[in-house]
Amino acid sequence: MFQVPTIADLNLGLTLPALSLALGACVLLLLDLFVPRERKEITAWLAMAGIAVSFVLNLAGFNESGTAFLGTFAADQFTGFLNIVILITAFLGVLLSLDYLKRAKIERGEYYVLLLLSAAGMMFMSSANDLIVVFIALELLSIPLYIMATFRAPDLKSEESGMKYFILGAFAGAFFVYGAALVYGATGTTNLPEIFAAVNGIIAAGGSQMFLLLMGTGLILVGLGFKVAVVPFHMWTPDVYEGAPTPVTAFMSVGAKAGGFAGLLRIMVVALPVFVLKDGQTAAAWQQTFWLVAAATLILGNIVAIAQTNVKRMLAYSSIAHAGYIMMAVAAAGTAGVANEATRAALLYLMAYMFTNLGAFGIALAIEKDDGSDTGVDNFIGLAKSKPALAAMMTVFMLSLTGIPLTGGFVGKWFVFKSALDAGLVPLAIIGVLTSVISAFYYVRIIVNMYLKDGEGDPAAGATRYVNWAIYVAFAGTLLMGIFPWIATNLSDTVVLAVEMFVR
Amino acid sequence: MAVLNEWAFIGVFFAVAWVFPFAPIFLARLVAPRKPNPIKQSTYECGVETVGDTWVQFKVQYYIYGLIFLVFDVEMIFLFPWAVAYRELDFFAFAAGFLFIFLLADALIYAWRKDALEWV
Amino acid sequence: MENLPQLVPLVVFIPLVGMIINLLWGARLGEQWAGWIGSGAAILSFLVSFLLLTYLTGSNYQSVVVNPPFLDGWLSIGSINLEIPWQQRVDTLSVTMMLVVTGVGSLIHIYAIGYMHGDERFPRFFAFLNMFLVFMLILVTGNNFLMMFVGWEGVGLCSYLLIGFWFDKAKGVGWKNSLAARKAMILNRIGDFGMLMGIFLIFWTFGTLDYYKPGEIANVEYQEHLVAQLTGEHGEAAAPAEGEHGATTTEGEAAAPAAEGEHTEAPVAEGEHGEAAAPAAEGEHAVGPAIPEYVNNDHIATDQLGVFGKAQRMLEDGAEVNFGVVSLPIETVLVLITLFLLLGATGKSAQIPLFVWLPDAMAGPTPVSALIHAATMVTAGVYMMVRSNVLYHNAETTSLVVALIGATTALAAGYIAIGQWDIKRVLAYSTISQLGFMVAAVGIGAYGAAMFHLVTHAFFKALLFLGSGSVIHGVEHGHHDVSHGHDHHHDHDFDPQDMRNMGGLRNKMPITFLTYLVGTLALAGIWPFAGFWSKDEILADAWLSNTAGGYVVLAMLVIAAAFTAFYMWRQIEMVFFGKPRTEAAEHAHESTPAMLWPLVILAFFALLAGFYNVPANAGPFTIFGFFEWLFGGAHSFTVFLEPSVAYAHAGEFQGGIAAVALILALGAILLARRVYGDNKSVTADNTDPLYVNPATRQIWSLANARLYWDETYNRLLEQPFNAIGNFLAHTLDWTFWHDYVHEKVVGRGFNALGDLLSSPVDLGIIDGIVNGLGRLVSWLAGGLRRIQTGYVRTYAITLLLGVVLVIIILLLPMLQSGS
Repeated sequence: MFQVPTIADLNLGLTLPALSLALGACVLLLLDLFVPRERKEITAWLAMAGIAVSFVLNLAGFNESGTAFLGTFAADQFTGFLNIVILITAFLGVLLSLDYLKRAKIERGEYYVLLLLSAAGMMFMSSANDLIVVFIALELLSIPLYIMATFRAPDLKSEESGMKYFILGAFAGAFFVYGAALVYGATGTTNLPEIFAAVNGIIAAGGSQMFLLLMGTGLILVGLGFKVAVVPFHMWTPDVYEGAPTPVTAFMSVGAKAGGFAGLLRIMVVALPVFVLKDGQTAAAWQQTFWLVAAATLILGNIVAIAQTNVKRMLAYSSIAHAGYIMMAVAAAGTAGVANEATRAALLYLMAYMFTNLGAFGIALAIEKDDGSDTGVDNFIGLAKSKPALAAMMTVFMLSLTGIPLTGGFVGKWFVFKSALDAGLVPLAIIGVLTSVISAFYYVRIIVNMYLKDGEGDPAAGATRYVNWAIYVAFAGTLLMGIFPWIATNLSDTVVLAVEMFVR
Repeated sequence: MAVLNEWAFIGVFFAVAWVFPFAPIFLARLVAPRKPNPIKQSTYECGVETVGDTWVQFKVQYYIYGLIFLVFDVEMIFLFPWAVAYRELDFFAFAAGFLFIFLLADALIYAWRKDALEWV
Repeated sequence: MENLPQLVPLVVFIPLVGMIINLLWGARLGEQWAGWIGSGAAILSFLVSFLLLTYLTGSNYQSVVVNPPFLDGWLSIGSINLEIPWQQRVDTLSVTMMLVVTGVGSLIHIYAIGYMHGDERFPRFFAFLNMFLVFMLILVTGNNFLMMFVGWEGVGLCSYLLIGFWFDKAKGVGWKNSLAARKAMILNRIGDFGMLMGIFLIFWTFGTLDYYKPGEIANVEYQEHLVAQLTGEHGEAAAPAEGEHGATTTEGEAAAPAAEGEHTEAPVAEGEHGEAAAPAAEGEHAVGPAIPEYVNNDHIATDQLGVFGKAQRMLEDGAEVNFGVVSLPIETVLVLITLFLLLGATGKSAQIPLFVWLPDAMAGPTPVSALIHAATMVTAGVYMMVRSNVLYHNAETTSLVVALIGATTALAAGYIAIGQWDIKRVLAYSTISQLGFMVAAVGIGAYGAAMFHLVTHAFFKALLFLGSGSVIHGVEHGHHDVSHGHDHHHDHDFDPQDMRNMGGLRNKMPITFLTYLVGTLALAGIWPFAGFWSKDEILADAWLSNTAGGYVVLAMLVIAAAFTAFYMWRQIEMVFFGKPRTEAAEHAHESTPAMLWPLVILAFFALLAGFYNVPANAGPFTIFGFFEWLFGGAHSFTVFLEPSVAYAHAGEFQGGIAAVALILALGAILLARRVYGDNKSVTADNTDPLYVNPATRQIWSLANARLYWDETYNRLLEQPFNAIGNFLAHTLDWTFWHDYVHEKVVGRGFNALGDLLSSPVDLGIIDGIVNGLGRLVSWLAGGLRRIQTGYVRTYAITLLLGVVLVIIILLLPMLQSGS
């Protein structure tokens, strides 16, 4: 019999970081109504204050773990770590947007509200402990992004970008729901730990239940794989990234990926790590598929990126490629005993990617003209002369994206490759290394443009105060992670997502 | 019935689901007269002859009107049972209902302030 | 060397790669590359087949079953106990077929480079040819009936695609080509129905589709003989000689040391089996026996046997097969199975009653006719029956039917060929006739002879078709040259395949002529060309069968052989001798080397291929044993087949029959020379001399009308079918039901009401108001643009494909493991 829960059952304390952000967004929506039109930066500051509050709450509760909302919401170090990534992303996103929106004459208070809501969705995703919560979080993080992508309206490119993202996103979301329904059909529950408990029975029973669970897993991969833009669900990425306003692109390139991978890791590592075809196997049934998806993503993303002449498009393909590296870690999590290590690797990669990518987008935004033009790779020519500091930081970001030591990108790649090797996915690791080498082509091309090609330096009109701040933060983060990786690894080492499996 | 387990019911359901659309078509074929003329063959849409392109833009006010109506409609559906059972509910349900009303009010105030309720 | 059988997947895989390359990038590669990639794939495949042959000769013809990588557990559904592994079989029969398919295939590929030059779909043609090779090789190398069926359907598809390859030719020709392709498809579907029924029955009866399981011995007699011989050679002390003998005698299926332990159904075990059979493992064992461990299959449990082994055991036990309602003795079931399979064979191998598609199939490009509709695909039916020789041997009723069908077909088609004008049509009927010889051979139990004729026929018929292609090509070019000089309008009527438009090509195309002559003599069965030996073996076996049926068959075949010589010589006279009858023939010139070389090579084989199965004690025919000595013994080919075809036995040579057949053939040639020679092959009013002569007019007209076969089908089947359809559609449905019941009874009242409502009320009043409003809205919206979402559709489709892909990859391991 269903017992009406009491407030105490909900464990609201654990949900405070996410909840405060969501409620903060709702309140901000009202407060914004009373902010005069020409002083919208007040809304931005309020948004940042909300993010800061959530950040503090998150740090305070970092080591507390447990479940809330009747087991549908889990708070643990995984949540804590990802929330740090998400909140920093949101914070830098606001910073990057402040002047950009003014320049582009699209400043509206709703923008920040939407950004906060989306960030809240990502945070819910990082603590989702139930397929339904995963779905709600997925929608909560997506829908504001659809709107934000069209924020440059009536600019046609921006509208097209948002429309495409919306239609395809809805399409992919439907697959996720279908997958969740199939998993429910196989296991009789949507709760992730309960699914975990039911899996062993399904392995023993085989047959149609196994079939349902496999189908469900595949469709869940589709829904979340779309969000994180892995091949073959990546087609929307370049168009959307190019058309959306640059700060939105920056925010979604990191945030949506963090959210998507949070959901994917939650489901795969918490619910399905022991899901094998036959007793005694050490590799999960879904590992091969993830492996192939990761490999395809790495190869396609990195190779197509070479051909791009628009920085935003190039970074879009680069972000596809990076999704491949993180996917590699998720695939590694399918091997018995490697799940936690692989989860940590994915988290570290996300953090490094967050700093680096936001920095790179920040600089792309800085050289962009007011009307959204001048985002070509060639616009970097002569930047070293006109803005040496920006050029130097861009160099670091590019090196970090390539994965050169002493940058955050290297640390992330190191752990991801290591987890892949530990999981026995040697060919995948080799593909990873080779594609990293390939990626140097297009990253280094930007460095070459800045330093070695003659030309008029770009005035980088967009490099205003707040944008610079954001870039500095990203720069500092990238270097910090590269030179003192243990700060991040100490934090990530506390993450224990999977039930350690020694017996299968 | 032991033979008809739950899967078999799905099968039966499936079969019936197929019969339903086809039976009327078949019946219609059987009894319907077939004598086409231009009026019959014109596209039938609510009795209105279509003019021009079907892809026309509607005034966005219709849309907002629809949305607001939906908001209150949904609110009714949720709040009515809540209000009826209000006395038996404990604090949790009260809080949940309150949160719901808060979110709706939030949206309403926003829409109001944005002059969405004004008919232009 | 000993691991060579493991190469057999390559035989299929190489053409597959060739096909994929040509399909994907053919257009970009250009003619030269596309052609040579296609041909190269065929040649490589041939080389691999040749390696397999060297393996077999070096290992006492021990057959091997190979599990290609990635495909094990191909069709395993645990819940219903269905276990059909994707296994390929290397034995003397399959290697023979592989050599014929890839060997003749390679030559035809090369020829096609020249023949198809300039065709706009050149790369696709080669892609289809390679695809054909893929399926044909699946058909012949498969170790079970399902793989055979996969190949069977696949070659049917390729045949369809290639017959209709020129579906877009102008002036209605393309339409005719499409119809021909459709006809082939439909008639083959009838055959496939029989094939499927046969396979279902086999599965029901034996619970498996595998010919032989790995480790099973196909021909026990041969194995006993071999073991006795080896033991004799080595004595008891023939201890593990680790060296040459150990290697050559112990591998193969019978040698598998792990046989007892591993006769489980799991495909994995079979994989190990294959490895264990390798001599490397043998060497390590060191104590292994130097001779095959088993001489028969008695050590294998009945339910571990393949179809044929099980059939034999069931026959020994006098088992009954339960069909739920009735139980039938195994003999009856075998008759049923073989009859169904026979129906399949009559479709694919163009026998009565399903042969009518093959002449029309000549609409395809000539290399296709040579490869698919003469040398290889149409022999699939014969191959299938030879492969199933255990079943046919034990089903006497069917055998009689088979023999009669084959002989009748041989006779009827040979007769029809006399009355044809189209150079390729003559060859088509000739092919049907020769296939009839093979089928008849199967019917009288001469499986070895059937295969022998299949091989020799592949050579000389491919040669003849390619030669005819060369002739057509030459005449067409001649015509082209002429019509460039003159007006263009007589283009419409000119048919470069009509023999009436030829004549005197002997001097214009000398190499084509010589090779064609060799092919003709071989086909006519003139000593010492290949056809003589193979045809004679069939005739001899018919005599030796010593039954009334056998004698009837013999008589029919001998007459058919005489027809063969007659129509072939008629063709030679019409095409090559005499004076050119058209300007096109006057201006014809020899083809390119790419087309001539295959002709020369095939001519060489058409001459020599027969010697590899010369009979013993044939007196003057083998120059008193000289040929035997020269070509390494009598009946080498039959001996070669014996290990894999249990009932392949070599009949004794029948000098009298050979002499009679030879004399008849020579007589027929002389007769043809008399009728058609000396430049009177076509009469002044453009018809056949036989038609002019009142004594033979009826005979020739009947042949010319193809025995009214197509018309009979048309009248008996098509027209009644159409009539019933028309009656139902027009009279019953439309006239009565619609016109009368609806119009008169229901319609009138309804109309009166409807007219009132629709015209004045609806159109006049309501629409007027609404339309005005609509115009206002569309005027308001006029300038605004829609959001362009053109590419989203593509993205969504890609996403969907991704979904399908992901699901397939996820589910594959589950389906394979059969859980």
